[in-house]
This record gives sequence, structure tokens and C-alpha cells, in this order.
Amino acid sequence: MSGRAQLIVGGVLSGLFLLAAAVSLVWMPHDVAALNIADRLRPPGGPYPLGTDQFGRDMLSMLMVGARSSIAVALVAVGIGMGMGVPLGLLAAANRGGWLDEVVMRGNDLIFAFPALVIAILITAVLGPSAVNAILAIGIFNIPVFARVTRGGALSLWTLDYVLAARVAGKGRARISVEHILPNIANLLIVQGTIQFSLGILAEAGLSYVGLGAQPPTPSWGRMLAEAQTMIYTHPLLAVLPGLAIVLMVLGLNLMGDGLRDALDPRLRRAAR
Amino acid sequence: MLRYALSRLVSLALSLLAASVVIFAVIEVIPGDPAAYMLGLNAAPETVAALREELGLTGSLWARYLDWVSGMLTGDFGLSYTYRVPVADLVVQRLGVSLPLAGYALALSTAIALPVGLWAAARRGGPVDLAVMGATQLGIAVPNFWFAMLLVLVFAVKLGWFSAGGFPGWEGGFLAGIKALTLPAVALALPQAAILARVMRSALIETLGQDYIRSARAKGLTQGQAIRRHALRNALIPVLTILGLQFSFLLAGAIIIENVFFLPGLGRLIFQAITQRDLIVVESVVMLLVFAVIVVTFVVDLAYAAVDPRLRRR
Amino acid sequence: MIAVEGLSVAIGAAPVLRGVSFGVERGQIVGLVGESGSGKSMTALAVMGLLPPGAKASGRVALDGTDLLALPEAALCDVRGRQIGMIFQEPMTALNPVQNIGDQVAETLVIHRAASRSEALREARRRLDRVGLPEGRFPLTRYPHELSGGQRQRVCIAMAIALRPQLLIADEPTTALDVTTQARILDLLKGLVEEERMGLLLITHDLAVVAGMADRLAVMRAGEIVEQGPVADVLRERRHPYTRALFEASAHHPGAEARPGDTPLLQVQGAVRDYPLPRTRLFSRPLPFRAVDGVSFEVRRGESVGLVGESGCGKSTLTRAILGLEPLQAGEIRLDGQAVQAGQRMPEGLRRKMNVVFQDPYGSFNPRHRVGRLIAEPFHLTGRPADADARVAEALDSVGLSPEDRHKFIHEFSGGQRQRIAIARALIIRPELIVLDEAVSALDVRVRAQILDLLADLRARLGLSYLFISHDLHVVRAITDRVLVMQAGRIVEHGPTEKVLRAPEHPYTKDLLAAAPELEVPT
Repeated sequence: MSGRAQLIVGGVLSGLFLLAAAVSLVWMPHDVAALNIADRLRPPGGPYPLGTDQFGRDMLSMLMVGARSSIAVALVAVGIGMGMGVPLGLLAAANRGGWLDEVVMRGNDLIFAFPALVIAILITAVLGPSAVNAILAIGIFNIPVFARVTRGGALSLWTLDYVLAARVAGKGRARISVEHILPNIANLLIVQGTIQFSLGILAEAGLSYVGLGAQPPTPSWGRMLAEAQTMIYTHPLLAVLPGLAIVLMVLGLNLMGDGLRDALDPRLRRAAR
Repeated sequence: MLRYALSRLVSLALSLLAASVVIFAVIEVIPGDPAAYMLGLNAAPETVAALREELGLTGSLWARYLDWVSGMLTGDFGLSYTYRVPVADLVVQRLGVSLPLAGYALALSTAIALPVGLWAAARRGGPVDLAVMGATQLGIAVPNFWFAMLLVLVFAVKLGWFSAGGFPGWEGGFLAGIKALTLPAVALALPQAAILARVMRSALIETLGQDYIRSARAKGLTQGQAIRRHALRNALIPVLTILGLQFSFLLAGAIIIENVFFLPGLGRLIFQAITQRDLIVVESVVMLLVFAVIVVTFVVDLAYAAVDPRLRRR
Repeated sequence: MIAVEGLSVAIGAAPVLRGVSFGVERGQIVGLVGESGSGKSMTALAVMGLLPPGAKASGRVALDGTDLLALPEAALCDVRGRQIGMIFQEPMTALNPVQNIGDQVAETLVIHRAASRSEALREARRRLDRVGLPEGRFPLTRYPHELSGGQRQRVCIAMAIALRPQLLIADEPTTALDVTTQARILDLLKGLVEEERMGLLLITHDLAVVAGMADRLAVMRAGEIVEQGPVADVLRERRHPYTRALFEASAHHPGAEARPGDTPLLQVQGAVRDYPLPRTRLFSRPLPFRAVDGVSFEVRRGESVGLVGESGCGKSTLTRAILGLEPLQAGEIRLDGQAVQAGQRMPEGLRRKMNVVFQDPYGSFNPRHRVGRLIAEPFHLTGRPADADARVAEALDSVGLSPEDRHKFIHEFSGGQRQRIAIARALIIRPELIVLDEAVSALDVRVRAQILDLLADLRARLGLSYLFISHDLHVVRAITDRVLVMQAGRIVEHGPTEKVLRAPEHPYTKDLLAAAPELEVPT
């Protein structure tokens, strides 16, 4: 698939889920909080386009709300990662080889030794489970990722002559970082941002699946899977639908990331001309 | 080489030290009084005091930290509050499942990914490459625990080739154990293999664009010989990095997958410990997981040096 | 032995080479000269059958009567390395970093089944000895990163000639090397041609390099050979206007004269700059590396001073210290009587008295800003004046560009135009000293001549002082009043440019001059 096609297909796929999540804020086919035992385990069709679960809740509405929590968690986690990681990375690169650089990089290494799930376990063990855990765990895990990407990109720019020219023009490190470095690594960060967004959705699903994320009654894709697991022999659709939602959303984001990388990479653009 | 290994060893020790401080701080300092926390709100003050005594929470923080670390160094991880057995025994028993599972998955994922990535890179832009890229794109998007559920649905429920979960124990024979771990390992390995294959492919393609490949072709090597004799080893450097990172993903993934298959591994242990507020077990298992990740990072660092002579001098 | 007839190459629909014909005989050196993008490298790759994917070749490349273009890939692999060897421009990246040099040289023999592995290694040893890498200092187990650029190029040559091919193609083999190293590599190639009776196709942008050693010369432009013949005839007669233009640009001397004053502008007094080396032992203090070692000189108002040395001699470090980008460990630098200090401590009023033009016309500009903003960046030092736009337009005009260009982005300009923009940026705050750090080194000869003219003209008009840093003595001759020669962190010789170039005193200056290829009209 060409970069352009990837960008379009990915954009449409993830756009659909964003739309579904946004619509769920104002309207849903059915109320997901109300249990309706009379209508439990309905097959798709009629008033329930995708059927109902064992509590009689409408699957389509559940998936829409699930998209909302997935996207919210992943988005805030990317925000935390970028908000902390990018300034740290810029700072480290601007002070290359100095103690600040050393501290930031060693701190990074330390966080890298804690997979997001382990962070979530630690937080849950002492604070109890909640959706905020998932955000914090994934967000903390994102910090070193962004710090590293930022530092790497920034270091290669700091050796360029236009940065030297700016220093000759009397500009300080902070100003150069904002004016010359950040805009030129923005592409890198956008692409990494979509990757971390999709990883965040996967991680959120995993955490809520094992009960370390969103708590009942808030629907989330991971919890829907956990609840469907015992019904998988009799009602496989309950387990298939939320899984498909995760796959399509993540696939859409990844395609978009790849497409963006092609579209934003000046090397590729030059070659195309 | 020795100097490089030594410097990595020092950094390994420092990382372990820092990680232990973080874990200790989170588990034993943030909750205030771990004993009160473990017993819940309705505990009688005498019971709390007794548990505090039992857990050794009476000394200063500094003394408790030293106690904990020196205990771990001698294999004494404390006593599980809920199980009433030494944590070390629990962990060793559970490791007997988790470690083989992670290793099995890592082996599978590597065995699938590297040839596939090589194949796609060698036929870049062709139908094979496109098919591999499409399949891996999908593979990356699949959550492993959902994939596990689908595997159960197909291979256990529909086809009946494997059991849907549980573990007979290694006493039941090696093959029976491996069979019970096969579906979980496949579920873990395939999504990871998709990532690894893509890394392998792009690393190889990047390497194939290097000047020394052109030099090799000018010597009369065919494209295939140039890949085998020059590109592969150079492409291994980024692949090793990802392989090291994957280990921590596999470890975390294994914890979740164990839940799908009801395997008595570290994952089950830690979730039970969380619900039962057995902080001593949580603390030890988390330390163990982090220890594993840090050791793997160390091994990857050594592997770099084996592959790349430029590192050996440092 | 090899005859190229009507060779054309197209990538997609775009023709890259058109009807290229030439021949190389055994024991003969043929120079193929042209500017960047002229298609000379593509010619070599077409002969080797190593064109990039998507490129189609037509015509005939006959090696002893066999048309290589018609051969299947397997047969071509047999020809490469056995009958035709090739070396490339970038020795730093041309060797596999994770394989030792012995294995890489021996591989040529092993791959063609010419020898067993142990025999191949013995032959590799002999070939490495022949190219000047004796066993004592260069055992087969050395890795490329342990060698310098020149040494790596020798390994590449050993690799290419391991099977004694009839033809060696050398694509800009010395462009990335220092002049003294270049001279030795060229000598080696010449010796090999005589000794092994092989043909050498020497591809270069530098007329002077071929003039000194080739038998025949072909001049290429835009995918075509515009003129070829015995080297002496081509250089003497210069029938084609392009050959003439190239020749004149190579020996260009700007006309505008300037009168240097007597008051000192830049004074460097005992400058020392140390770098910490990486730790060799875990607990010992790392030894410093002294990049600049007690350098003193001055540049007077209106004067142009050259600073010449090979890579690693400390000239770039010294430049950074002068620009106030790096601190000195000892000594001092004064500009117009005031001390230059590194970092933010330097007063802006002092900083604005100098500016800089760098070598790389591609890395010198933030690609996201328009030219107007790029040129105006030094206003940071002075505050943006009310007539900033007019000043930007004036600066563009003075470097020969249109004021309208300020709305464009940098990727819309060629290398030469970018260097003009860099000069405009340096001029905008009307500095007194401009540091030119290899400012014309990356340019083709004709563009270089134009930029040198511009610099000379600006100096005469605006009374500027230049500190002109270069590795190239001939460029310095064209534009400086005095020259300083730097070696291993020290100034080893200084004096009026003409005098130093005509009668050098220090042995290093003599070496440099002897090594630099000079373009003389054969008589």
C-alpha cells in the first residue's frame, strides 16, 4: 500500500472510532447503565444491531462507550508522555554530555525497566484499582519513549550548521530548542505520538481485561472481553466484537502513523519529486 | 571487551539498586502503614501491631530497606501473609511455569520473525513483501489476550486439539507441560513476531543501502551473498535492541495470558496477591520482574559487543 | 580492452546518460571529469552492471569483445571483482564495520573460488602489504574503525585488486581525503597501473587530479561526453567551451583589490583548547586532548587572512573559539580590543561585530523558515530595526539575488545560491569580520569561482575583514593577503600568501604544496 493510501485508510478507520466515541457523549442507541435481563444475549438484529450481552446491554452502545474510555486513556497517556518526555529530551540534548543529560538518560533507563503493566500493578497494589491507574501507568511508560525520541532527533540537529549560526547570532539554548529544534522534530513526534496512541489502546485493553483499568459499571473493551470469556463457548460473538474493535482501531492508527511518516519525511518527499 | 562488560555490570548493579529503592518506596512508604493497609479498615489494633511485628515494620525505614535487600540477596523474600509460606517458595514454584512460557514464546517469535523479515527484505516491493507487510500490520494490532481467546475457541473448543487451560505440572511429563503451554506461547509469540519481522525487514533494507554492500557487490558477490555475508550481521544490531525490549513485553504479556489459560504462574500469583492485599508477595514479584528486565538489558548489551567490534574497545 | 559505445541510461523516462563512448586500454589511465550530477558515477555503475533499481542501460559495454550489458546477472557477478574492480568515494563507509580487513580482502578471492580460505588470507596479506599496510601495524585482524580514511581507502584498493583485474574503476577515490593523503593514494594507483598492467578509469571533479596522472581525458556534462582525447591535447586546446569554462574556473583569481589597514581587528593570543578524551580506565582521570595549542595571530581591519590545515589539525576548534561558541583553557581572543567569551556572557554588541559562513550549503538553514526570516536571524543581536525588510532586500541584492527571493523556502535554491544566502545572512548586521569556514569547499568549480568573485567584491566595497578557513591552498591563494598554516594544533608557518606559496619554509607547508595537484597548461 502506498503511503497515501495508508494515510487515507488509516485516517478513515480511526476517524470512525473517534466519531463513535464523540457521538456516544450525546447519543447512544440504548442506555448502557440499565440492565435489561429480558433482552439478554439477543443475536444481532432488530433494535440491537450488534445484539446484547448477558446483562441485556446493547453491544453497539457498549462498544461506543468503550471507544470513549480507550481513546480518553490513550490520549491522556500520550499527553503525559509528550508533556514530560519532550521537554526532558530537549533539555538533555541541549546539555549533551552534561550532568542533566546523564540524569535524564539514567532516569529513562530506570523507567524502561518497569513495563506499563508492572507500574499498574504497583499503583493498584497500594491505591486500589481505577481508570486513573491505567492512565498513569501508560503515561509514565510513555515518558522515556518520548524523551528518547526527542533527544535522538534533537542531537542530530544540534550538530547542524544552522544551529551554530543561531548561536553565533547570540541565541541561547532554550530559544534555539524552541525555535530551531522543536519544529524540525515535530514530524518525528507526530509519528511517535500515533504509535504510542495505538500502543496505549492495546495496553488499556490489557489492563482493564485483568481488572487494573476501568472499573464496573464503566464499559471498556478490555472488560467486555473479560466478561465474555466465560461465555465464549456459547456466545463467541460477545468476545469477537470488542476484540475486532480493538484491532480495527489500532490498525487504523498504525496505518495512519506509517502514512504520516511517508508524508512528512522530507527524504522520501525529495526522492518522490 | 572485559572493560566493556565490567562497565555494563556496574550499570546493571546501579539499575537494580535504583529499582529496589523505587519499589520499596511505593510499597512500604506510600501506603503509610503497610500492616494496617493489608488488614483493612476493621482490623483490631492488636492484630495490626502483631502483623507489624511479624513483617519487621518496627525499625526505621533505612533498616527495613537494608533488611529487605539483604534478605533478597540470601534468598529470603519474607513470609506471604495470606499463604503463610515463604514467598521464595511460592515464587520458585510459579516461575516454573512463567519462565518456560516466556522462553517458549521468545523462541517461537524469533524463529518465525527473522526468516520472514529476511524473506520480505530480499524481495522488497514484490508480492511476498506486500503480503508480509499486510500480515504483520494486522499482527501488531491484535491484542495477545484476545488472540488467545480466539485460539481457545478454535483449537480447544472447535477442534479439541488442546485443552482450554490449566497446567498439569512438570511432574506429568515434559511433553504434557509443553503441550499445555503451546497455545499460550503462540498467543504471546505471534503479535511479537509481527513487530520483530518488521524491524528485521527495515533493518535489512537500511543495511542493504549502505556503501559497504555496494563494495561487496563490486567484489562480485551476488545480492544473496551480500545479504548473508554482510547485511545480516549489521542488521542484527537494531534487531537485538527490539529483542531485548520484547522480553519485557513478553513478561508482561505472559502475566495477562496466564489469566486466559488459568495457568498457575507469576501472573496469577500477583493478581491474587493484589486482591488479598498481600504486599510482601507483590513487592517480591515486582522486584523479580524488574530484575529480569534489567538482566536481559545487560545480556543484550553484551550481545551488541559480540556483534559490533566498535563497542569492544570502550 | 574495454570499449563503451553509445551507452545511454534512463531512470524511468528521464535520460541520465546519452550516447557515452570511450575506451580504456591495459596500462592506461583514463580520466572522466565533470561536475556533480554530470553522470560520471552513473557511467561507472553502468559498466559494473550495478545501476540503481529502475535504471535501464542501452548501447554496448564491451570487455574484450563481450558485451557486459547483455550478460545475465550470474555472469556479471563473475566479471565483477575478477575482471573489473571498483573503489568508491567514501572510504569511511565503504567497508563492513563488523568484519576485519583480512576477511574483507580475502573475500574477493573466496567468492570467486580462486583460493581456499587460508590461501586467500595469505594473498590478502600480500595485497595489503602492496597497498602500503604492512603486517606489523596492520594485522589482518584489524577492524575498519581502527583505521584512518586514507588507510581504509587502501584496504578498498587491496579488495578491488585482489584478483588482479584488467580494469580498475576509481570513483572520486580521493575527494574525501586530505591533500597529502590524496597524493599518496594517487601515487599508489599510478604504481599499480604500471606494475599490474591494468587499466584505470579515474572519475573525478578535479581537473588538476587527472591532469597530473591520466593518459586520456574525457569531459562530461549533463550525461554526455563533450570532449575527449589525450590529456595534453584536451588541456592545451580546450576546444569545447565547457572545458574552457571548467579550466578557467579551476585556476580562478578574483580581480577586485582591497587595501588592508593597519589597526588590528582580531587578536588571538596563546589560545589553548583542550578536550577531555574518553576514559581509558574506570577510575583514572581521562587525559585531555589538546586541539589548539598556543595559537597566536591577528587579523587587521580590511585584511583577508587564510587559515589552512588538514582535517583534525584544530582549525575548526579554533574557529568555534573565535566565534565565542567554545571556551579556551588558556590565552585570549580579542575582537576590536574586547575579550571574546564563550556562551551567553559575551556582550551582544561585540558579537554583532563578526559573523560566519559555513561549509555545508544544505545544513546551514532551518528548512522551515522563509529566506527573509533566515537572513534576519542575526537581528537578534541588535534588535529588529525599523527598516529590517529593506535591509533584508538590500542584503539579497548585494549577493546577487532578487529581493523577491525572501518569500521562498531554502529548498528552492541550488548550492551556490544557498551560499549566497548564507553570505547575505552574515552581512545583514554589517559585521566587521566574517569567518568563512570552508565556505566554498562543497561547491563545483564554476560556482566556486562566482562565490570567490562575490567575496572579493564585497570586501572591496564594504571594507570587510575575512578569516578564511580552508583545507585547500589554491582557494586561499585566490582570496587572502596572508596565510597561516596549521598542523596538530599549532601554527607552523605564516606570512604573505604569495610568499608562503612560492617559497614555503616549514617542511609541512612544503609537503602540503607538493601534494596539492596543480593545473598547469601542458606545453
